[in-house]
Amino acid sequence: MTRPTPDSAVDSQATRTGPAAVTSKRSPAHAAGLRTPSWVGWLFVAPALGVYAVFVLRPIALTVQYSLYRWDGIGPSTWAGLGNYVRVFTDPDLFASILNAIKLIVFFSVIPVVLGLAIASTIRRIAASRLALVARTVLFLPQVIPLVAAGIAWSWLMSSTGLVNQLLTYAGLGGVARAWLGDFSTALPAVGVIGAWVLLGLCTILLLSGMSKIDAALYEAARMDGAGPLREFVSITVPSLRQEIGVCVTVTVIAALASFDIVYVSTQGGPGNATMVPGLEIYYLAFSERQVGMASALAVVLMLLVILVALPIQWLTKDRSS
Amino acid sequence: MIVGRRETWIGKLLLVLLMAVTLMPFLSLFVTALHPSGSYPSGLEWPRDPQWGNFVRAFEAARMIELVKSSTLIVLGVVPVALLLGTLAGFAIGHLRMAGRNAVFLLFVLGLTLPFEGIITPLYYQVRDMGLLNTRWAIILPLIGLYMPFAVFWMRAHFVNMPDALSESARMDGANVWQLFWRIHVPLAMPALSSLAILLFLWTWNQFLLAIVLVDDPLKRTMSGALGAFQGQWGTDMPLLCAGSLLILTPTLVIFLIFQRRFVTALLQGSLKG
Repeated sequence: MTRPTPDSAVDSQATRTGPAAVTSKRSPAHAAGLRTPSWVGWLFVAPALGVYAVFVLRPIALTVQYSLYRWDGIGPSTWAGLGNYVRVFTDPDLFASILNAIKLIVFFSVIPVVLGLAIASTIRRIAASRLALVARTVLFLPQVIPLVAAGIAWSWLMSSTGLVNQLLTYAGLGGVARAWLGDFSTALPAVGVIGAWVLLGLCTILLLSGMSKIDAALYEAARMDGAGPLREFVSITVPSLRQEIGVCVTVTVIAALASFDIVYVSTQGGPGNATMVPGLEIYYLAFSERQVGMASALAVVLMLLVILVALPIQWLTKDRSS
Repeated sequence: MIVGRRETWIGKLLLVLLMAVTLMPFLSLFVTALHPSGSYPSGLEWPRDPQWGNFVRAFEAARMIELVKSSTLIVLGVVPVALLLGTLAGFAIGHLRMAGRNAVFLLFVLGLTLPFEGIITPLYYQVRDMGLLNTRWAIILPLIGLYMPFAVFWMRAHFVNMPDALSESARMDGANVWQLFWRIHVPLAMPALSSLAILLFLWTWNQFLLAIVLVDDPLKRTMSGALGAFQGQWGTDMPLLCAGSLLILTPTLVIFLIFQRRFVTALLQGSLKG
């Protein structure tokens, strides 16, 4: 709402100087009929670019700068060069947090996508039924609630007296019952299960909506040729869903690498460092242990890791230019 | 098409099972919330004497009214501004197509995958130096910036598909650029805008990291951040914590159920485009 004044000023000037002269040099395909000088466009972009620069680009640059110093956040800082980065990759605790994030990909991405594909292709035929419409709403609930709430609910479910152990006991598996989030060997998979629960519904529905766009004639033709459900799935469903699978993988991999809320609420990174992830480690380093330089180096590594993983998936799965 | 009856049944069974797994945590929260405060109920067990009063106690303990007010203020501070700025920029990049648009678009797109943890440390010092720590502005202003990549990306995708002829004829009729934008293109962009508004609302309401780092007072945080504080305070009293969690969930659930179709479409489109 702050823009009308400059823009009307822009426009009166534009009419005076004859914008046709400005645009005529460019190819007609570009801005042919719009007759707007470039700087008007830049005025429209300026406010967005401004807040983006102040609250995102500047902090990114500062993160890189901090990462090259040793600083407790209060006193003077000393130059550390790449020392902080060396420690990120050599300190077993710090590096373990990166490995944990990569292990979480199995639960946050692989399970929701594979299971989502299986479920979606099973319920594809009843996708238009009333039950499926209700399911669409229900399966979206985990996407809508705060992750913190999911974390609290699941910590309770997986506690030593929680529903998970109760069900296991009913099933005669009482022997494996334990405090899932408090056990060194099961804490990370247990956190992963929470993530899988959050993301499975989204993936299923995303894949299902992609399947509804596949030509039914393809399946009929396959049936005529005697293809079974598995053959159909491999030869028709998966290739047609390339784009949707790409989206699911990208969204879930980022959720795994950048996880914070769920871990913060359910385990705080424990027991020991068993579920420590980079996001949480950055938080502790910067705000509890006052190692701003280290925290920033880890932050840079995390940002790069996410981009390095996300970009190839995008390229691999994007078939047509959108 | 003839559908195998067996396949249909397997599908239905699977769907019901999946819904049950999705709803299980909510059910567990609900049943636990009805147990006597301070007790440690085991599993899913209906209490002999349901303590509905726990919800009242949690409502007071969490100071729900103030929490809803705080989150609403933050949403009102973030969403309209982010929508306006994103639409302005998306319109310029997608429709006015000024020189250098590809470079600036790329700059925005690079921020799409940015994990918030990556910049939280300098953001803390920056917000402190601005004197905004522990105010709602500490959440509002950074969030507007952080939403710009997605908002611009989303609105550009809309404006890129608007026919030039529309703008040309408006210009013939003497509309200036602002009128072209505000009177013609913004009204036409309403479906895209409302989906974007829903997504931004949801992300703001559920924002956790910025809330716990930049604001100490739970009453000035988002719902999600307040729930974190509530857990810290009442974490040992399971029934009360469960009641509080359910209460804090309720506003989002109500809004979701009212606008569910728009929500589902928005989330689907949102992840497809993102």
